[in-house]
Amino acid sequence: MKKTNKVYWKGLEQLTNDVEFVKNADKEFPDALPISEEEAPNRRDFLKMMGFGIAAASLVACEAPIRKAIPYVKKPVDVDPAIPNYYATSYLTGNDYNALVVKTREGRPIKVEGNSYAEFNGGATTAQSEASVLSLYDQQRLKGPQIDQKEASWSDIDGQVSSALSSARKVTLVSYSVFSPSTQAAINELKNRYTAFEHVMYDPNSSHGALSANEATFNKRALPSYDYSKAKTIVSVGADFLGAHYSHAANNKQFVQTRKLGGGKKTMSRLYAFESNLSLTGANADYRTRIRPSEEASYVANLYNMIAAKTGGTQVSAGSIANKTNLTKAANDLLRSKGESIVVAGSNDKNVQILVNAINSLLGNYGNTMDINKSVNLRKGNDAQMNRLVDNMKNKSAGAVIFFNCNPVYDHARGAEIASAIAGLPATISTSDRADETSSLVKYNAPDHHYLESWNDFEPVSGTYSFSQPTISNIFDTRQAQESFLVWSGSETSSYYDYLRNRWSAHSNVADFANFQSFFDDCLYKGVLVDYSAPEEAAVFNYDVSGVNVSKAKTSGIELAIYESGTLGVGFQGNNPWLHEMSDPITKACWDNYITVSAEWADANGIKLGYMKSRLANLTVGGTTVKVPVLVQPGQAEGTIGLSLGYGRTKAGKVGDGVGVNAYPFIKYVNGANHLNVADVTVTLTDEEYKVAQTQTAETYAGRTFVVQESILKNYQQDEYAGRHQVKITDASGEKKSPNAVTLWSGHSYNNHHWGMAIDLNSCTGCGSCTIACQVENNIPVVGKDQIINGRSMAWLRIDRYYSFDDNRIDEETGFFDALDIKEQAAANPEVVFQPMMCQQCNNAPCETVCPVAATTHSSEGLNQMTYNRCIGTRYCANNCPYKVRRFNWFKFHDNKQFDKNTAMNNNLGKMVLNPDVTVRARGVMEKCSFCVQRVQAGKLQAKKENRRPVDGEIVSACASSCPTDALVFGDMNDPQSKISKLLKIKREEKMVEAQEPRAFHALEELRVMPNVWYMTKIRNKDEESNKEAHA
Amino acid sequence: MNKKKTSIMSKVKRNHLAFLLIFSLFSVFHSLQAQDAPANDFGISTDPAVIANGEKLFKANCTSCHAVDKKVIGPALQNVWERVPEPQLEWIYAFVKNSTKVISSGDEYAVNLYNEYNKTQMTSFGSLKNSDIDAILAYVNSYVPPAPEVAVTPGPGDDTSKAGVDSTYVTTVMIILVVVLLLILVVLGLMVNILTKVLKDKEDLEEADAEVVNQKFDLGKFFKSNGVVGMMVFIIVALGMKAGIDGLFTVGVQQNYQPKQPIAFSHKIHAGQYEIDCQYCHTGVRKAKSANIPSANICMNCHSAIKTESPEIQKIYAAIDYNPETLEYGNNTKPIEWVRVHNLPDLAYFNHSQHVQVGGLECETCHGEIKEMEVVYQYSPLTMGWCINCHRETNVNTKGNGYYNKLVELHEDNNGKTPMKVEDIGGLECSKCHY
Repeated sequence: MKKTNKVYWKGLEQLTNDVEFVKNADKEFPDALPISEEEAPNRRDFLKMMGFGIAAASLVACEAPIRKAIPYVKKPVDVDPAIPNYYATSYLTGNDYNALVVKTREGRPIKVEGNSYAEFNGGATTAQSEASVLSLYDQQRLKGPQIDQKEASWSDIDGQVSSALSSARKVTLVSYSVFSPSTQAAINELKNRYTAFEHVMYDPNSSHGALSANEATFNKRALPSYDYSKAKTIVSVGADFLGAHYSHAANNKQFVQTRKLGGGKKTMSRLYAFESNLSLTGANADYRTRIRPSEEASYVANLYNMIAAKTGGTQVSAGSIANKTNLTKAANDLLRSKGESIVVAGSNDKNVQILVNAINSLLGNYGNTMDINKSVNLRKGNDAQMNRLVDNMKNKSAGAVIFFNCNPVYDHARGAEIASAIAGLPATISTSDRADETSSLVKYNAPDHHYLESWNDFEPVSGTYSFSQPTISNIFDTRQAQESFLVWSGSETSSYYDYLRNRWSAHSNVADFANFQSFFDDCLYKGVLVDYSAPEEAAVFNYDVSGVNVSKAKTSGIELAIYESGTLGVGFQGNNPWLHEMSDPITKACWDNYITVSAEWADANGIKLGYMKSRLANLTVGGTTVKVPVLVQPGQAEGTIGLSLGYGRTKAGKVGDGVGVNAYPFIKYVNGANHLNVADVTVTLTDEEYKVAQTQTAETYAGRTFVVQESILKNYQQDEYAGRHQVKITDASGEKKSPNAVTLWSGHSYNNHHWGMAIDLNSCTGCGSCTIACQVENNIPVVGKDQIINGRSMAWLRIDRYYSFDDNRIDEETGFFDALDIKEQAAANPEVVFQPMMCQQCNNAPCETVCPVAATTHSSEGLNQMTYNRCIGTRYCANNCPYKVRRFNWFKFHDNKQFDKNTAMNNNLGKMVLNPDVTVRARGVMEKCSFCVQRVQAGKLQAKKENRRPVDGEIVSACASSCPTDALVFGDMNDPQSKISKLLKIKREEKMVEAQEPRAFHALEELRVMPNVWYMTKIRNKDEESNKEAHA
Repeated sequence: MNKKKTSIMSKVKRNHLAFLLIFSLFSVFHSLQAQDAPANDFGISTDPAVIANGEKLFKANCTSCHAVDKKVIGPALQNVWERVPEPQLEWIYAFVKNSTKVISSGDEYAVNLYNEYNKTQMTSFGSLKNSDIDAILAYVNSYVPPAPEVAVTPGPGDDTSKAGVDSTYVTTVMIILVVVLLLILVVLGLMVNILTKVLKDKEDLEEADAEVVNQKFDLGKFFKSNGVVGMMVFIIVALGMKAGIDGLFTVGVQQNYQPKQPIAFSHKIHAGQYEIDCQYCHTGVRKAKSANIPSANICMNCHSAIKTESPEIQKIYAAIDYNPETLEYGNNTKPIEWVRVHNLPDLAYFNHSQHVQVGGLECETCHGEIKEMEVVYQYSPLTMGWCINCHRETNVNTKGNGYYNKLVELHEDNNGKTPMKVEDIGGLECSKCHY
């Protein structure tokens, strides 16, 4: 095996061997930690407490508390206590969409799963949709309608709103993109009723540029649907299609299909990324080039010219770019895979998008990997219209304004202007679910249902419909917004459910069913309906690009690249603590936003940031200055900074208010579109120290390498074991053997099941939906920013993000690079690998042997069991765990006012989301991933009741079931037909299980703890192993 | 209002009379038929196997509303095939499987029946096959009424007449024995006294004997001696500790816990006397974690017609907001707050269906003689030791269950013919109950 020079590091502080980091590396926690909750108790208090405790305990023991059991009065036929019901529905929050199946217990939605019937954004969940069940039980939601922010009745609202709308000169309805046919129809009812009516759609992170470009080139204002699974070459210029993107669930699913290896398949797609901030797309790219946001246009233009030169297109004027190496390589690959490639750009500049369309058209991608006729409808917002509306609101010509579930005061660049204009409007109505930045200013609040309480239909992709059905009756006195519209428009049917049914009763597919009801039942059962036929007249590319001029004057100042957060998105669920505590896929920071700066900038400004330590900087854009922490981000393009959307809410609720800064005001309206890229900003460091909570630097492997193993495609094609570090140990005789050959242990025999997991590092894109799925399923508490800083995250499943690069210039003696290399190579543009890490369920578990009370033991099904009620909290197990996956309950996280941000455990409404099959852990006990033993037990019981063995795929852990890319595969390794057995090529000998798949390895194999979790090597589709970006 | 009530009552009475009449006729008829059984026109089987199957099905599905020879909630089923419209068997199949459908189809007989029984609808048994219904009919046909008993309900005094030694007898014997022993003691004491006195009068006693005779037993000294004090301290401390430890073991153990319930519901009457299957009310026991405390609408299946005047039943009406006079339901429901008898701690996961459906356990194994309980109490200690013991001793109910086939095979390979206990397949592992 070839010796690898790959060096993995988690953060700059490790790479630079920062003093603080080294000091902390051996410690479990950074400092002597305060564990006092309010005031440190003294000895007397202790004695008092002890005395009282004993007395109380004996008193309590005398009489058991009386517990009530309250059955239904009239039990609904379909609801049986303790048996979950599943309903297909669709997640919609803001304009974020996902097709789902909702699990309810005793009528409470507690978990969502992907809807496998849905082709688009289905079959898997996103972190945002997983977390949305908690938003349902948010106490900050409006409890009922309000007039002037005071409680009112629906009849009052209806009377006053109807007359206000009638008397207004004009009625304007503002919303995010509406892609629900019935909702659109309900809005049209309003339009029919009020003659001067305008519907303005906008999107916080808009696709206006691409929409306008498609309007110009295809005469169709719509976004094409992509099929990444057919693409061999993908080029992204500033487009994060795998990360925060309207269809990232679908994109990830398709993209990873081209990255899977094994079973004879030895080819992969190749992904080029040209970007400023290190995004998930860049992190998964085979070739990543750092560019400034202002260079996006010239990169696209140059790429166009290269393609056009070979395909007979006209040349356009393109600015010069510093380095064409990767772009030329990309162009050549694109030309080699005509009709099997995709070029995407994130720019909101219409001309850039026209060139992108031209490239894809020249490559013949339309009709193959892209389909403009079958459009994706999730983004329809028109920046120009919205901008005009703000002007109209200011000059009072907008008339009465209905804010339909949108919050432009917060999430529009001109939010402040809207806020001040609202008071001058004749009538303002909001349907928001809470008194947010916008709705707290309007006259009438007519709060909408949560999506889990609503009826709805959607058309996310042309001809592909999906449905929403209520999974719980409305918790508060809310009313579905569409129903409000019907009432206000004086429509005959005021029930939106009837309205929706009526509309569907005319559908042509009804004829295939016995009656309409069975058709409708079928739609709701599946949650989707596909009724697509290509239009007779297909849209074709028809545009002369020769006049397009995208070249721009080069800017010299610092450029700001605003991006959508990988956790909070654009901020719709700003009050959701799960999303706040989810660590960003790249920076691994949570509970904050920050400006990401390049290592070069940090060096030039003399900042050396260590363990989570940061400083505040003044960021000035235009005339506005905000104070924001600085985070040094490897891979950040020189001369650029990044800042995420979604933070800085002021009226989201208790959890989200005041977290981070709001980046929306920095969005710039140029040439009829909102641009996230802003030139000429100034950043001045202040002396104020600040800590950004980051999850990953808290754990260390004490210098053990080979946690991650990787190689490149070329090597893999020659040798399937490429990149594998096959550990050999020497026994007494001097013979080199596999570590498994020498053992003190007698092993376990698994007669029944042997649960295991395979994690394909090549498939994991790092999106993090699994981490939230795990949190929801297993009642994992939210600990808050302070405790994350203290290293007390409770996540059972984390995704470790390692930066890496290989170079031979390692100092032989110290094992470290010299400072120059660090700056120029490693920190500049590292490679990234994501590794989901949870309890490895070791067969020779180090934790089991050190527990003094046998609270952690091994099961006959291969699980490493954790018994909370037996644990006395010595934490020996956590100390002995090489993977650092055990979590200790330092505090009582439930019913504790100090953790009131942990809303799922600290108020009665929030508690409705808890999984009743999983214990809420007490203070002082250890916990860890259980392989979702509650699901395993439930699945086995179901099989037993039906007198059969469980079927593969029936029992799946929450993380594996949420994974959009099937990177996590869970199953019974004792079943030779199971997916995991085939994937890993499981070979079973007496008390020994071996994976014969060449790519499969155990993390830290040399320790011979024999995990039941296998990883599979990451393979990059690069020509050479070294990653020397020729960057100017 | 009163008028209406009386009319209902009289109707009920009329029905009773009618049924008594029919019943007596049938029972005469039946005894005749039983002798020359096979010759019936409906092809009702007399095969004992079919009848046995029918009995099982009848008890599982029908007894909560029907008896063979008397009207319960529904009509007596004896010779039902002769009453219903033609084609009789087909009619019965249809009605059993979906009574609503038959009634709504306007079938005259069905509609009359429905009205006659206070518009109580028969539960639909879509899962029963025609052959099952045939078997039930076979059982009904073969049914021999038990010898007439005067006292159907055993009185409280009846309990003592059961087998085993009469406890009062034992007590008497014991008391006599104690008295006799005490008498012997007194007599012996007197004898010692007399003998000592006699000896004291003698003067030619040997020194050793004199010592014995003159010895004064100093009780005070005896009790103050180190040995006795030590022994006493030890005994007290040991007993105290034993009581303490035993006491600690019972912390949280609520065996025999018998709280007062808001409604005086008697399992003895329902499960014991009327033999209503447990599952009729506890619907979840075979399919879910919890057996379910029945919802009030299940009570109403019978109590919309039975014992409507009882104050306890009125509580159900109040809960479900039912007006027995107008026979209408309102919306002002108030759930019944039963007091939970069996309180497992949250950290222990227990699933009824695993034990009842898969394991094939009887309810009584853990819940005791429910059929005898006027008010339910916690029969088992519900301690972990109790769970574990059962898992050690109980054989896995593997028969006919495909899940266990391979496990049984492996077990037999390794252990020969010793039966597979729950313990052998991981039944003692922590994560089976704690997660």
